[in-house]
Amino acid sequence: MSFQPDEIDFAILRALSKDATISAGALGRRLDLSQPATWRRIRRLEQEGIIAGRRVALDAEALGFGVTVFLGIKLATKGRVSLDDFERAIAAIPEVQSVQHVLGLYDYRVRVVARDIADFERVLRRRMMNLPGVGNIEANVLLSEEQLPGPLQ
Amino acid sequence: MQITDADRRILRQLQAEPTLTNAELAERAGTNTATCARRLERMREGGSYLGQRAVIDWAKLGYEVEVSLRVSLDKTVPRAFDEFMEVAREIPEVVELQTFLGQVDVRLSVLARDMKHYQQLYRSKILTLPHIADIEALMQVAEIKSSRGLPL
Repeated sequence: MSFQPDEIDFAILRALSKDATISAGALGRRLDLSQPATWRRIRRLEQEGIIAGRRVALDAEALGFGVTVFLGIKLATKGRVSLDDFERAIAAIPEVQSVQHVLGLYDYRVRVVARDIADFERVLRRRMMNLPGVGNIEANVLLSEEQLPGPLQ
Repeated sequence: MQITDADRRILRQLQAEPTLTNAELAERAGTNTATCARRLERMREGGSYLGQRAVIDWAKLGYEVEVSLRVSLDKTVPRAFDEFMEVAREIPEVVELQTFLGQVDVRLSVLARDMKHYQQLYRSKILTLPHIADIEALMQVAEIKSSRGLPL
């Protein structure tokens, strides 16, 4: 890793992870930096891939998605099932928000959003249970969630 | 607040490509620039559109390890949840804190530079969290999908 972000870069990352639409000028004023200097730093962080993109933040509940469930999925017949097929099939389900391949008690950790519990049951029965190779599924309903800034200093 | 099909079209396009200009967004959502801006502003005020966040690639900052820790708390202690959350929130390496209904009570996403760093974090900061009854770790091998989008 040749590029070492400094304190100002971390301050920029903290600000942009809260609001990515802020202009370089406005951000620079906050950090006592000129607009071009701020812009160059943002550009550098993007080029280095540290800023990997943007995400639109929506209030799921306000948009009618009242239930978020995390599934722990264990595959049944490891040797015979193609992980690629499973991953492709599960990622294509619109209600699936994220899929992580994990090591531990489960093989996959999956985040699913649904309108309500009945809608979740539909997704689970019609979509999840039919996926190739699925063995055991554990479900936990999300009650609250906090995104923290992380080690940005 | 009432969300219309036109609103959903705008959010769907924006979700797919957050960096679109207002004019491009309006065109893709089949509306005009002024209406599109007004609708977004209304959803922002109504609290359904919360804005945009930069996505940080932690591996590029030297954090190669991500572990999901599933914790069960000691429910005989009345303030176990609150006390656990208060301390966990202060650990800089914790990026996500969630509470659940189910076998798991709380889940933490923890970042570490490498396994050695993780082991050190686990011992000094995680195991010392209050009221843990049981803890279980899932180590992330790969992220297959991370859009976090809603099926609007």
